[in-house]
Amino acid sequence: MHKLKRHFLASLFGLLPVISSAHATEADLFDSGKLLATGGVSQVEGAGGGGLVPWALITGYGTRDAIGGNVHGTYVALPDFTLRSPGISLGLFDRFEFSYARQTFDTGSTGTKLGLGSGYKFHQNIWGVKARLVGDAVYDQDSWLPQIAIGLQYKKNDRGAVIKAIGGKSDEGVDVYLAATKLFLAQSLLVNATLRETKANQFGLLGFGGDRKAGYSTQFEGSLAYLVSRNLALGAEYRTKPDNLSFAKEEDVFDVFAAYFLNKHLSLTAAYTDLGTIALQDHQRGLYLSLQAGF
Amino acid sequence: MMTKMKFVLLLAASLSFAGAARAGDTTLYDDLGGEAGLTRIVNDATDAFLADKRISATFDETNMDRFRVKLYEQFCELTGGPCKYTGHSMAEAHKGLHLRNVDFNALVEDLQDALDKSDIPFATQNRLLALLAPMQHEVVTR
Repeated sequence: MHKLKRHFLASLFGLLPVISSAHATEADLFDSGKLLATGGVSQVEGAGGGGLVPWALITGYGTRDAIGGNVHGTYVALPDFTLRSPGISLGLFDRFEFSYARQTFDTGSTGTKLGLGSGYKFHQNIWGVKARLVGDAVYDQDSWLPQIAIGLQYKKNDRGAVIKAIGGKSDEGVDVYLAATKLFLAQSLLVNATLRETKANQFGLLGFGGDRKAGYSTQFEGSLAYLVSRNLALGAEYRTKPDNLSFAKEEDVFDVFAAYFLNKHLSLTAAYTDLGTIALQDHQRGLYLSLQAGF
Repeated sequence: MMTKMKFVLLLAASLSFAGAARAGDTTLYDDLGGEAGLTRIVNDATDAFLADKRISATFDETNMDRFRVKLYEQFCELTGGPCKYTGHSMAEAHKGLHLRNVDFNALVEDLQDALDKSDIPFATQNRLLALLAPMQHEVVTR
């Protein structure tokens, strides 16, 4: 940040503390001060994490004294569907995270087969909040305690009538998750485990709750990433999902990914993902691409 | 479903193996090049700290000749080398500097650059950083 802006912001918010030593650096509200890659990337629902799984890390590169933020665009190309999801997120003082993503699930020519019409699209808005509860994934190398965060995702789908017709209970739902992330730095290995309470059918793209099971169920989501260099992480993720609708079974999903961090402002994640069966269409495997830009 | 799970577990196992793979009977001190290697790393890193506008001012009142010696001793002892660190505790050494995480991380980045300069493999670098990371608790005071 430029000096003028820094001074302006500092005096505006009264953030410039009394400096008792000439050595102390001034607070920079947009410091991009975290180490490369330690903000994670934007997962499919917009939260800071891997590709499919939200992590306990707070998005962006702001340290505990600063604010970070980013925009992202995610594209998933499957044999019978495509998913596009742009989003925006904000990390506050390495403590709180706010995110928004808008998913468009395009049934393409499969829409005709499903009786929805060619190119039929489901849209879903996802608002997310996350709070870091305890631990620091990076610094706490002398402890087994992971960084732990709790998160909420409110999802609202625009295809209520179709959702009702296929046995879904609602076009909106709230997911609650608890994520634990640990960086085993000496092994260059990041491990994440997330527990999620959800009613969502296919992430919410096919609504919430169903004729087989209406209520919440607990799902497990895990990620492993090996840090190859400061710029490159390779990993895999697994995410279990509920199976609420009787018209079509829903399966667990997984991906193997490479996340390349050009610098603290730009990252690209490419993955091969297997989303299983979606709306009677088997073997939905394909390419996942996500570009993130921020600070 | 099972095949997917098996695949992920296999991948996890191979990743952890890759992470754990290291020479069993050499210390990190040896892997960093022993006395000569560590001396070069400490000197390159110290030069980088002083050249880094983000943190150079924090060394204004530091005796840098002594700093290099103490940093070498500290790294040497931490990594299993034949040394004894005789400097101040980390809390004592950084008292009054009012350092933030952004300062701590800037120093880490400079150290990573110095390790790169000596062609230390990334996995080896991380074994050193894992020993230094917890010092954040004492070094960063606000």
